[in-house]
Amino acid sequence: MAARIWIFSVVVAVFLSISAFSSAQDLQIVNAERRIDLSSHIVKAFLTLKVENIGKDPAAEMLLAFPPTQIKNLAMVQALAITGKKKKKTYLPLDVKPTEQPDAPNDTGYYRVKFISPLGPGETVSLEVLYILTHSLEPFPVEITQSESQLVYYHDSAVILSPYHIKQQTTFVKTPTTRVESFTSVEPANRAGKEIKYGPYENRASYSYTPVIIHFENNSPFAVVEELVREIEISHWGSLQITENYRLTHGGARHKGVFSRVDYQSKRSVSGASSFNALLAVLPPRVNSVYYRDNIGNISTSHLRTGFRKSELEFEPRYPLFGGWSATFVIGYRVPLEDYLFEASDGRRYLNFTFGCPLVETIVNKLTLKVVLPEGSKDPSAVLPFTVNQELEVKYSYLDIVGRTVVVLQKDNVVPTHNVPFQVYYTFNPIYMLAEPFMLVTAFFLVFVASLAYVHIDLNIVRK
Amino acid sequence: MGGKSEPAKSESMATKPDLLNTSFFSFKSLKLKTKQQELLLRISILGLVYILAFIARLFSVLRYESMIHEFDPYFNYRTTLFLTEKGFYEFWNWFDSESWYPLGRIIGGTLYPGLMVTAALIYWTLRFLRFFVHIREVCVLTAPFFASNTTLVAYFFGKELWDTGAGLVAAVLIAICPGYISRSVAGSYDNEAVAIFALLLTFYLFVKAVNTGSLAWALASAFGYFYMVSAWGGYVFIINLVPLYVLVLLITGRYSMRLYIAYNCMYILGMLLAMQIRFVGFQHVQSGEHMGAMGVFLLMQVFYFLDWVKYQLNDTKLFQTFLRITVTSAILVGGVAVGVGTASGYISPWTGRFYSLLDPTYAKDHIPIIASVSEHQPTAWSSFMFDYHILLFLFPAGLYFCFKRLTDATIFIVMYGLTSLYFAGVMVRLILVATPAVCLISAIAVSATIKNLTSLLRTKQKVSQTGSTKGAGSSKASSKVTLDQSQPFQKNGAIALLVGVFYLLSRYAIHCTWVTAEAYSSPSIVLAARGAHGNRIIFDDYREAYYWLRQNTATDAKIMSWWDYGYQITAMGNRTVIVDNNTWNNTHIATVGRAMSSYEDEAYDIMRSLDVNYVLVVFGGVTGYSSDDINKFLWMVRIGGGVFPVIKEPDYLVNGEFRVDKGASPKMLNCLMYKLCYYRFGELTTEYGKPPGYDRARGVEIGNKDIKLEHLEEAYTTSNWIVRIYRVKPPTNRL
Repeated sequence: MAARIWIFSVVVAVFLSISAFSSAQDLQIVNAERRIDLSSHIVKAFLTLKVENIGKDPAAEMLLAFPPTQIKNLAMVQALAITGKKKKKTYLPLDVKPTEQPDAPNDTGYYRVKFISPLGPGETVSLEVLYILTHSLEPFPVEITQSESQLVYYHDSAVILSPYHIKQQTTFVKTPTTRVESFTSVEPANRAGKEIKYGPYENRASYSYTPVIIHFENNSPFAVVEELVREIEISHWGSLQITENYRLTHGGARHKGVFSRVDYQSKRSVSGASSFNALLAVLPPRVNSVYYRDNIGNISTSHLRTGFRKSELEFEPRYPLFGGWSATFVIGYRVPLEDYLFEASDGRRYLNFTFGCPLVETIVNKLTLKVVLPEGSKDPSAVLPFTVNQELEVKYSYLDIVGRTVVVLQKDNVVPTHNVPFQVYYTFNPIYMLAEPFMLVTAFFLVFVASLAYVHIDLNIVRK
Repeated sequence: MGGKSEPAKSESMATKPDLLNTSFFSFKSLKLKTKQQELLLRISILGLVYILAFIARLFSVLRYESMIHEFDPYFNYRTTLFLTEKGFYEFWNWFDSESWYPLGRIIGGTLYPGLMVTAALIYWTLRFLRFFVHIREVCVLTAPFFASNTTLVAYFFGKELWDTGAGLVAAVLIAICPGYISRSVAGSYDNEAVAIFALLLTFYLFVKAVNTGSLAWALASAFGYFYMVSAWGGYVFIINLVPLYVLVLLITGRYSMRLYIAYNCMYILGMLLAMQIRFVGFQHVQSGEHMGAMGVFLLMQVFYFLDWVKYQLNDTKLFQTFLRITVTSAILVGGVAVGVGTASGYISPWTGRFYSLLDPTYAKDHIPIIASVSEHQPTAWSSFMFDYHILLFLFPAGLYFCFKRLTDATIFIVMYGLTSLYFAGVMVRLILVATPAVCLISAIAVSATIKNLTSLLRTKQKVSQTGSTKGAGSSKASSKVTLDQSQPFQKNGAIALLVGVFYLLSRYAIHCTWVTAEAYSSPSIVLAARGAHGNRIIFDDYREAYYWLRQNTATDAKIMSWWDYGYQITAMGNRTVIVDNNTWNNTHIATVGRAMSSYEDEAYDIMRSLDVNYVLVVFGGVTGYSSDDINKFLWMVRIGGGVFPVIKEPDYLVNGEFRVDKGASPKMLNCLMYKLCYYRFGELTTEYGKPPGYDRARGVEIGNKDIKLEHLEEAYTTSNWIVRIYRVKPPTNRL
């Protein structure tokens, strides 16, 4: 892997020296600071950039470049523009979109950041960029026993990959513990406690790439939800029923050999350090009728704490999860309708609910969110701050005749920062609410009519 | 319970209209006639009993959860799931490769499909009506639903036997009788759940057919029998009891055309219908257990023929000679036919299960696998008391009333009661079959007693009334007065007796509720115990282990365990097992028993030959759970030794005593089962103040604390150590 990256970087360097990027070179980064947080299995990187326009024309946007190994694991990129000085700093969110560049060297991926106002020649702007990587910690050794600690590799570049010239840059890497087996040293680089510092590096050309590998201990729970299907069923009789189907795995180093209960019970600190048993789900406030079960029945190890701002469900799978082990389960709960369903000014109704996964510090590989609208609703449309796949389905539930419209939202690679509100708009005539009670009443009535008829009709062939 | 006061109430209502007529005109139009009142009362009582029977069985759902119980129900649930997913034909032709590896099992041909088809039909009906329930909920509630239906049948049966009062009492008694509840709580999704309903229905319809001589009722009874055959192997009881009953009627000179029609129609149609069930097949004409029914059928024809001849001859002496010749030749021909059939192998001999029913000691000596099941043990007196309570005393009283008013119907219920009670004594689980009979006969006793007592009370009142208001009564009344007055304190005595009866009945109700709540509602998958502070502790280890298997082993992994857990592993763990609760192949089970009781290297060869990947044992040493594999171990030795003589029971015993501590036999301390259960147990302190390795289930310190495993490794042990799973290592490379 490392060798390949070396080759890649050499090729990039060679390539870059030949070709020249005309448009991209209008900008340069005066100062860059990168902080990479490796304390959990979700890698968070904060970039602070100071960008200057050295060209002649105003620049409306800039590009963020990511190596191909990272671009596929990139869960989210956010950018903020900093205006004002020191204490009067204000942050303005910027529009960030993935983009393709026709002349991208070696499959480099790009995100385009649009400035608030075009950057005039000679002007500078400060940006804060947050990007989140998933599945970027590679366990090594790949298999560990119960008594071993989990060690992982993190691959990145000591210098920031950028289509622009960077005058000065520093990278800080934060590891979860002080135990770092090894890290690639790119002078000047040093390690102090939990922090590794790369840089400062001066005047690096665009598309510079210096691969580094950090091998360190990370026993934080590698909770990966391979698939999560959340179903939100709207009932205009007063509640939202949410059902969440999880397929959870331990995404870290695979467990090898024996699982010993004696060791797990008595030497908890050294035995199964990378395994996890307790999970925490943050649920909405005023949640009720919470259940936690799987397809063979109820699981009795859970506690619910309800609060004004949020409720917390603390629960344990049936067994502790070691590397490679998985568990499937269902969490369901109900919340009052008035907290989440509103009427828009144009008469439509809309559901305002949180996207993402309620489990803390988990990656969701594939999230499917289904909003089941009441029977008889029309013209559904979903509004989200990021792109997701959308489609419509029909679901039949109790006493349904035409079925309920289901808005299906599907997104891959979801991290906790995706837990933001989204809206689903639809039109609904309240008269449909009466359909089901009416059906029941009619059926009940018909039973009596039938028995009345039965008593009064003589079915005998022979008159007695 | 209201049923008992019903006759009295209807009578007292009858006197009221005179008062109301005069005073309130508006009330008159609303007032129901006595007969209508009685009907309304009866229907509402029945409706309440129906609901009561259902909700009394929901204790298990309230105390635990809506789940399938015990062992066999898991198989039934799994097959029902298959049926609803794949459809009937797939189900009928299902070859299950997940059990009895490497033999497999032809599911469609080796089960009674009645239960699954019933549940699937309920499920499909509900879905058609747009009730999108889960199939599990349907399965869990099937037993209570059918128990409710049984109360209705009991009512009609009681009505047919005695009167409506007895019917109502029977409905109430059977609704809460622990003997029945034990097998029909919510979640107990077993064949018996619908079979008792089918059994009682068949009997009721047959008695109705005998009473009326109607072809329609006989036909209905044949269909009832068909349903019973499709649901449970206990149908053999019907096909033997009914002919026996007919025989008794013939002998006691109660032969009639009604009986002839009822039996012939029921037998022929029932037999033909039963042949449609693949598992039963042609047993009705080929198996020794069904031959009695055929013999009685032929005997009936002879009777009919003789009747005809007698009518034709019109000469007693000639008829006597003819009778002698015919009977002798008929018996001769029958005997020869049975002899030839048995000798040629066309008629199969009685099965071991049948023998063990007739002779309680048979299974113990010949078939250890039947004797090893706890529910096949002979019944203790205490469990009769536990399951029947006051019915045990009411039953003889009911028999007395039955004999006092002997009819075709009461003869039937007496025979049903006595035979089933005998079987209930032989096997614990057959208490279930006797329960409806006991309830019906007891209901007759209760109803008749109360009726007598209340009529006694009422005549007195009437007499005193007539004496005070009208002065002179009729001659009949006055004669009764003189008769009654000859016995002083009669009224008080009657009141005292009535109070006594109600007291007993309310004790019965309390007892039934208590038993249901405490004893019969445990799913046995989830164990509950009381903690030191009175809090409820749940041991959910079984599901923990099964779910671990389901999620974390290869999908084609083969699990070896004692057969008790086979159905649960396939249903909850979704993995292939070597043996399961359908104990059809004794040799295969004996092989597993042999592996468990051998030394590790010998066991390893057996396990390799069976492609075993994981071994699962149940161990209660940490929690004190007593029905674990160590306590079942002697049965494994016995069953294994029954087929493989290398396994000898005395090797595992010391002076005829089974022990696991230091004094245990060396073979015991080193056999696979011991090693797997106690592996690394010696390092654990289970109880304060006891040495490490103290086995709480048996109350001893174990004898072998230094256990090394060579060919197996611990794969998973549940949080309370109840289930331990070991991985069978692949063979080491030969150097």
